[in-house]
Amino acid sequence: MTLTIAGESLTSRLFLGTGGLPNVALVGPVLEAARPALVTVSMRRTSSPAEGGLLAALRGAGVRLLPNTAGCLSAREAVLTAELGREALGTDWVKLEVIGDERSLLPDAVELLDAAEQLVRRGFVVLPYATDDPVLARRLADTGCAAVMPLGSPIGSGLGVLNPHAIAAVRAAVEIPVVLDAGVGTASDAALAMELGCDAVLAATAVTRADDPVAMASALRLGVEAGRLAWSAGRIPRRNEARASSPVLGRIG
Amino acid sequence: MTITCNGAVVALDGATVADLLATRLGDPRPHGVAVAVNEEVVPRGDWPARPLVEGDVVEIVTAVQGG
Repeated sequence: MTLTIAGESLTSRLFLGTGGLPNVALVGPVLEAARPALVTVSMRRTSSPAEGGLLAALRGAGVRLLPNTAGCLSAREAVLTAELGREALGTDWVKLEVIGDERSLLPDAVELLDAAEQLVRRGFVVLPYATDDPVLARRLADTGCAAVMPLGSPIGSGLGVLNPHAIAAVRAAVEIPVVLDAGVGTASDAALAMELGCDAVLAATAVTRADDPVAMASALRLGVEAGRLAWSAGRIPRRNEARASSPVLGRIG
Repeated sequence: MTITCNGAVVALDGATVADLLATRLGDPRPHGVAVAVNEEVVPRGDWPARPLVEGDVVEIVTAVQGG
């Protein structure tokens, strides 16, 4: 079944961040390999029209853009950054990030909730980057967020899903789509997130800083697909003891 | 007069947002760009008419790589 967020059907369950890509020439091949539903970009000060190279490449590929508020430390900054993204890119969708400090890059739950409330009121489709906390996820859902994006582990760490129980608890706590964001290092991390019931995975560094970003983009796409399929197939329960799959009856001897 | 543009103090003769963009980016209507004056977004359509005044704080942003 297709993933739907805020009434929009998305083309895949992989979202891709562009941060860290060594050059713009890789954008096309990486997108072709990943086939992402959404591609995130950041809003930053510009003094040169040449900086539009990335945007031209993304628009040329026909992908749907998701501006983020990366680096914002307060609700005030995040709301203004979201408004600038909406104006520059012509989309109401925003990946809302409000971090508590620049060392951990962990979300500031208080500012995040405040920013989410303001942005929902202003008509944004808000996808907040959050801690892996089911209570916060429910509060974000209650404010009208279109999805919630819990972290698997710190941004850029590649540590994967450090607390699978928490991600499963977030999934169980809300009706809106859950997108695992941050921490994905390789394909098995993406597959695990999907097996836990996440509706999509966002990866950036895992692809952009891989030795071969195009190959990793394919691997993540397949990991997401495999994990989703495994989740919908219904895995066997874990058992502490062996259980033969070959029949006991008819053994020789 | 002086304004602050992207964190730096800039001297200007009376000008609009579009004039500032033409000076800074070489285009009064650049694509993929958004402008805020004093923490309020100025819609694209208002750039030619929106005057800048002494002390304005202007941000000119575009999309860059991000996660």
